[in-house]
Amino acid sequence: MTPAKHNDIAINGDGAVALAWKQINPDVCAAYPITPQTIIVEKFAEYVANGEVDSEYVCVESEHSALTLCTTSCSAGARTFTATASQGLAYMWEMLPITSSMRVPLIMAVANRAVSGPININNDHSDAMAARDTGWLSLFSENVQEAYDLSIIAPRIAEHHEVQLPCLVNLDGFILTHAIERMSPLEDDVVKRFVGEFKPLYPLLDVDNPVSHNLMDGPLYYFPHKYQTVLAMDKALEVAKQVLAEFKSISGREYKVVEEYRCDDAEIVAVVLGSAFGTMKEAVDRLRDEGVKAGVMMPRLFRPWPIADIAKALKGKKQVMVMDRHMVPGAYGAMYAEVAATLVEEGGDIPMMHNYIYGLGGADTMVSDFMAAYKDVIEGRAKRVNYLGVDE
Amino acid sequence: MSAITLKDLNQIPVRLASGHRLCAGCAESIIARQIMMGTTGEIVVTAATGCFEVSTTIFPYTSWHTPYIHTAFGNGAAGGAGVETAYKSLKRQGKIDKDIRFVTFAGDGATYDIGLQSLSGAMERGHEMLYVCFNNEAYMNTGIQRSSATSMGASTTTSWSGSKSYGNKNFPKDLTKIVAMHGVPFVAQSAPHAWRDMVSKAKKAFECGGPSFINTISPCPRGWRFPSNETISISKLAVETCVWPLYEVEYGTDFTMSPESLRIAEGKVEKKPVTDWIASQGRFKHLEEERWEPVVEEIQKGIDQRWEHLIKLCKL
Repeated sequence: MTPAKHNDIAINGDGAVALAWKQINPDVCAAYPITPQTIIVEKFAEYVANGEVDSEYVCVESEHSALTLCTTSCSAGARTFTATASQGLAYMWEMLPITSSMRVPLIMAVANRAVSGPININNDHSDAMAARDTGWLSLFSENVQEAYDLSIIAPRIAEHHEVQLPCLVNLDGFILTHAIERMSPLEDDVVKRFVGEFKPLYPLLDVDNPVSHNLMDGPLYYFPHKYQTVLAMDKALEVAKQVLAEFKSISGREYKVVEEYRCDDAEIVAVVLGSAFGTMKEAVDRLRDEGVKAGVMMPRLFRPWPIADIAKALKGKKQVMVMDRHMVPGAYGAMYAEVAATLVEEGGDIPMMHNYIYGLGGADTMVSDFMAAYKDVIEGRAKRVNYLGVDE
Repeated sequence: MSAITLKDLNQIPVRLASGHRLCAGCAESIIARQIMMGTTGEIVVTAATGCFEVSTTIFPYTSWHTPYIHTAFGNGAAGGAGVETAYKSLKRQGKIDKDIRFVTFAGDGATYDIGLQSLSGAMERGHEMLYVCFNNEAYMNTGIQRSSATSMGASTTTSWSGSKSYGNKNFPKDLTKIVAMHGVPFVAQSAPHAWRDMVSKAKKAFECGGPSFINTISPCPRGWRFPSNETISISKLAVETCVWPLYEVEYGTDFTMSPESLRIAEGKVEKKPVTDWIASQGRFKHLEEERWEPVVEEIQKGIDQRWEHLIKLCKL
């Protein structure tokens, strides 16, 4: 464990996201309360009340209006941020692809929580997965420090003029949002310099150069216009790598679009998102002590999906297990299907593939559970799709 | 307020170009132009999905000479509020220096029904924006389906008149008063034939310093089944029959009858019977059958009750 630096603080994930946004000082924030996100906007409202930010803060009457207001505010030329979770993100869904097709670079923190029903306030990734095909960039954090860091990194990727896409910053509900961890914040002026001034393209409030935003497309234009977001996503991968490298130079913290842990010589590799990456690293360490050549990786950048980086990392592995904290009834887990498709990229022998659905609705998944999953795969007991912890 | 003259209005820049694709006889572009004549300054326009949005912005064309934004159907007010919030923030921070007014246009489906929550939120929060409802009394863009603004007895494609039905069963909800009861500085009902009244209300709305709402009747030749050259006379008839009285409300408490309706209230002009209104439009044609006589009586009764109530509110 690294020794604590003098400016380290103890803070929960929601507080860390709010702190990042206080330092970024956006022009507008509009949000609607929902557990486990609420602490973010409560804390931000406190910054507003005490004059610590210049932001206009709007208490909207729903998440649908939150995302609408943020979308038009950002289109108007204001740096804008919001936060939500679960039902909130589901209620926003109509607006998600509109925001991205309008190329609005607003940032939204998602305190990942199970989607009803049954109603459940605890963590899984069903909210973020339901948003995965809507044209939003999507970043996942493993711990509180990362939730803070990614909040500062996100605007740089989203606002890049060749990207211009909205971005989700995911942090696991309760596991990160409410857990107090040690964290090293950056100095205010360092954040300010790194994020820079918002330079919107074709802002609505430039009344001398009037533009019409979000027109109606017939069949001749809809498809080619949608295709523009594909190009933007492609560009975002390159931009993300540059921004992560630049972030290392100001923070000393190194992030990659795909994080790998003991994968180099591993024979079996798990792919996981979010806070469970930390739990699985511990499982890997213990398996290594037992002589098992295990590894684990996390696509930090979930959208765009870093195809080449994942394909390269998994090439030549004997077995791959994909951990989905989200269930797709009647099919594979969402990320499993993506990893399987990615493996085709490199050609050659494809590893034996297994899918684990785990931790839905806050179901506790321990180091020992993950170790057992690795062993079940290695020893041939695993099915193609497994529901970890459920008596099947 | 100085009198509004056509000569003055003629000097105001045209923000909505001709050549848009609204139907012949559609009142919406007439209303939009009258509303925007309420200010000589800069305007940013928001639209909810609907006839007006579709017809003025079919890519690669736009009819807008002023900044315009649209996102979806049920969120016109939130969209307008977002632009206004950005303006408030940037203006306060000295990042922009222009004075800009904000107007949102939406149909009755987008206002009375799917966008009611969004509208209520924007009004309650005090955004300095004018919200205009083009009330053509049904979902016209999707093909004349009933909304909660549809007149009782109207035949629509989801409330057909038939052997067992006289058409729409309910009286439209009184949205103008619902919005007025939010206590916002300015709320009004207007109609496109009364252009001077419309422009002066828009002026008041733009200058009221807070949220404002104008509900305008918007005769629709296709949906109401009347010839496209009768839009203005139908608008006039709506006021003459007290189907659509003209009035304004300040801060939810001060009701004022507008000149045309005031003359009826004061007995200077005769209040026309609803049968004149019914006879003017094909959507009510079936009500002329003898068996629906009680329905017509009920409609007249409903209009009378609402009219008497409004007279009381206006302290006449």
